[in-house]
Amino acid sequence: MPDGKRIEIQVLRYRPEEEERPVWQSYYVPYTDDMSVLQGLQYIKDELDGTLSFRWSCRMAICGSCGMMVNGKPELSCQTFLRDLQPGPVRVEALAHFPIERDLIVDVGEFVKKLESVKPYIIPKEPRKLSDGEYLQTPAQLEQFEQFSSCINCMLCYAACPQFGLNPDFTGPGVLALAHRYNADSRDGGRAERMEILSTEEGVWSCTAVGYCSEVCPKGVDPANAVNQNKVNSAKDYFLRFLSPKGESK
Amino acid sequence: METFKADVAIIGAGGAGLRAAIAVAEADPTLSIALISKVYPMRSHTVAAEGGAAAVTQAHDSLEAHFHDTVAGGDWLCEQDVVEFFVGQAHEEMVQMEHWGCPWSRKADGRANVRAFGGMKIERTWFAADKTGFHMLHTLFQTSIKYPSIKRFDEHFCCDLVVDDGRVQGVVAIEIATGDFKLIQAKSVIIATGGAGRVFRENTNGGIVTGDGMALAYRHGVPLRDMEFVQYHPTCMPGTGLLFTEACRGEGGFLLNKDGYRYLQDYGLGPASPTPVNKAMELGPRDRLSQAYWHEKQKGRTLSDPRWGDYVHLDLRHLGEKKLRERLPQIYELAVEYLGVDPAKECVPVLPAVHYTMGGITADALTAAPLPGLYSVGECSSVGLHGANRLGSNSLTELIVFGKVAGVEAAVYTKSAPEGNAKKINMLAEESQRKAMSFVARTDGTERIATLRREMAKSMEDGCGIYRMNDTMQATCDKLAELKERYQRVQVDDHSKGWNTDWLLAIELGYLLDVAQAMAHSALNRKESRGSHQRLDGYEQRDDANFLKHSLAHYAGQDAPRIDYGPVKITSSQPGTRAYGAAGEEADRKAKELAHA
Repeated sequence: MPDGKRIEIQVLRYRPEEEERPVWQSYYVPYTDDMSVLQGLQYIKDELDGTLSFRWSCRMAICGSCGMMVNGKPELSCQTFLRDLQPGPVRVEALAHFPIERDLIVDVGEFVKKLESVKPYIIPKEPRKLSDGEYLQTPAQLEQFEQFSSCINCMLCYAACPQFGLNPDFTGPGVLALAHRYNADSRDGGRAERMEILSTEEGVWSCTAVGYCSEVCPKGVDPANAVNQNKVNSAKDYFLRFLSPKGESK
Repeated sequence: METFKADVAIIGAGGAGLRAAIAVAEADPTLSIALISKVYPMRSHTVAAEGGAAAVTQAHDSLEAHFHDTVAGGDWLCEQDVVEFFVGQAHEEMVQMEHWGCPWSRKADGRANVRAFGGMKIERTWFAADKTGFHMLHTLFQTSIKYPSIKRFDEHFCCDLVVDDGRVQGVVAIEIATGDFKLIQAKSVIIATGGAGRVFRENTNGGIVTGDGMALAYRHGVPLRDMEFVQYHPTCMPGTGLLFTEACRGEGGFLLNKDGYRYLQDYGLGPASPTPVNKAMELGPRDRLSQAYWHEKQKGRTLSDPRWGDYVHLDLRHLGEKKLRERLPQIYELAVEYLGVDPAKECVPVLPAVHYTMGGITADALTAAPLPGLYSVGECSSVGLHGANRLGSNSLTELIVFGKVAGVEAAVYTKSAPEGNAKKINMLAEESQRKAMSFVARTDGTERIATLRREMAKSMEDGCGIYRMNDTMQATCDKLAELKERYQRVQVDDHSKGWNTDWLLAIELGYLLDVAQAMAHSALNRKESRGSHQRLDGYEQRDDANFLKHSLAHYAGQDAPRIDYGPVKITSSQPGTRAYGAAGEEADRKAKELAHA
């Protein structure tokens, strides 16, 4: 390191096979101005302590693996730079509101189950053969859902969401945004099926519109907006139920 | 050991693995599919592909043109029947992705838009802004949820294949969260584990891209083909190697040296036109552009900076902020956040970095390996599409075209394959477990994982970079032999069971070293220059008489791999001169005249 700078990184360690509860551990890391928090952790793992565990892969804020709390805020560690956190110490811990499996690794299983539950795929409005070519979708129609399709499943919004902190069964911002992504797609006809899932108590109505989810989103997805739009849809569906024969049978 | 019985096991759940899984499920919903990945599917490295996916789309384009661009781009080392099949299937697979919801960028009339890409004569690259791989991966992952026959084994690390009775019969995997071993018994196995760019120091690849599937097949006697062909992408971020998509140039970006001069015109790619011309200047193929950078650096015409080292400029300023935000939003963000450079106002520093492995597991035109029951698809595979140099935007299309083929083929094979000998399979799986466990059992190791990895990556860069010479390649081969020997004494710090990533890194390092050896020895033995394999030691020319053939690296344990060769399938395109820019136009004109004569 040419400029010889060092920074203290404090990591909340949790190794269930060795310790009963999480403990803070300090490491001193040489750094340069272009180094991310992730690179700091990699230095620790490579040079100081091979037992430190964390997920990472792409290093460019698109794979969604390396979300963690940095100085109390949910962040992608690959996109958070040590230069912005000097003089330190930098405090790093696992994403809030999730069970910790080990060190900075949280249990993703429940999140993925929720994602799978909202039918996140096209349920065609009208069937189309491959030989008919692509569905026509104008740039304006694309814009209706494009932003919500940019979610990288990093779960920072769950760590930010006070409701999810209180009620882990809440479907949560990221997955609600994903459901909305398909509801808002001009090719899709599955909204009614999805609204049955979204309109439950654990769906959109659990959201108390704090909006911190959108603030921490590294991809500008704005889940709060998606949830809000679906509250409107859910309320509409509730009233329509009294009018339509399909609604009566449910 | 816990055993799961599947009809088809797929290792890797990126674009290729997911597409293969869906193809099996659609071919026969009664077949059970085990989709095994060391990460959750949406973390797979397909996610980082930016620019787009090629398929002939416009009325004035043709399958022949896409075929010719690909074969010439690959310096005639492509399997031409494979390329013919590929270009013919590409468009339908793009439409299939569209029906599954991929948010392709659109034209005003609602049809999918296409953009220009390097080495492609006509615009034919479908794109979803500059996050095409991300959108394809998420679309495939989300679509795969529809199929109940796909059982995922997320965060399961494959440590071996089970091969008995001359055919592959399953996979041994470690459940990462618990450290428990699982045997996934299967009549066929599709490897879709991606490339091996992490054998090099400066690369665009994610940390997971460690050649696992290549090494697994290789160790079981399947040769790795054309491994010397490693692609340097010409525009990457200094320091980290992160990728700035070729679409930057497809949209009109320039490459400038320290004098602000578009230097590519000095390397047979000119003339320098102010607007993009397909197959010229910045839209030349990647091997030529990376080589031009190397020469500029030799001539002292690159820029230099204590933060970034040597680099050239990618100039996007003339595109304007609006277009950059619309077409290249991720690039914009990366430049601002990682480099502190606003591409609408300043030039972006870039240099070549390792990006892609053209070679891989030997596969026939239907993705089958010489080992019965084994298939491979995507970057880990050498189906013969890319030859000596891949054209940008052919590889995303490869994932879905050949992912489907692999799924269909594996399904057919599975139905006729006999039941395996369960007792024998179990015994083999336990043997694999013992081997994998030996890393954590040891406490007297002396070698640090990161040290070996760093020495390997440095040595690969020194010996197998953009230009190569006998002595430096030999030094790399020697170094790798030394590292493999030291690897016998590697020490794992971590002795716990659950989430022992230190242990997995040690196993991955073994994969990397084997793949690196296949690359270095294949390179040393290819005494010519072709595509991405360029020599400066008396073998500067392509030598079709002696080397119009695929290299095959055969695993030999602790010894150096044995290298031999196989034939290249030529159908309609005889090896010719690769010409770009004005020279390319001239060559095309002459070819047309000849055809009409």
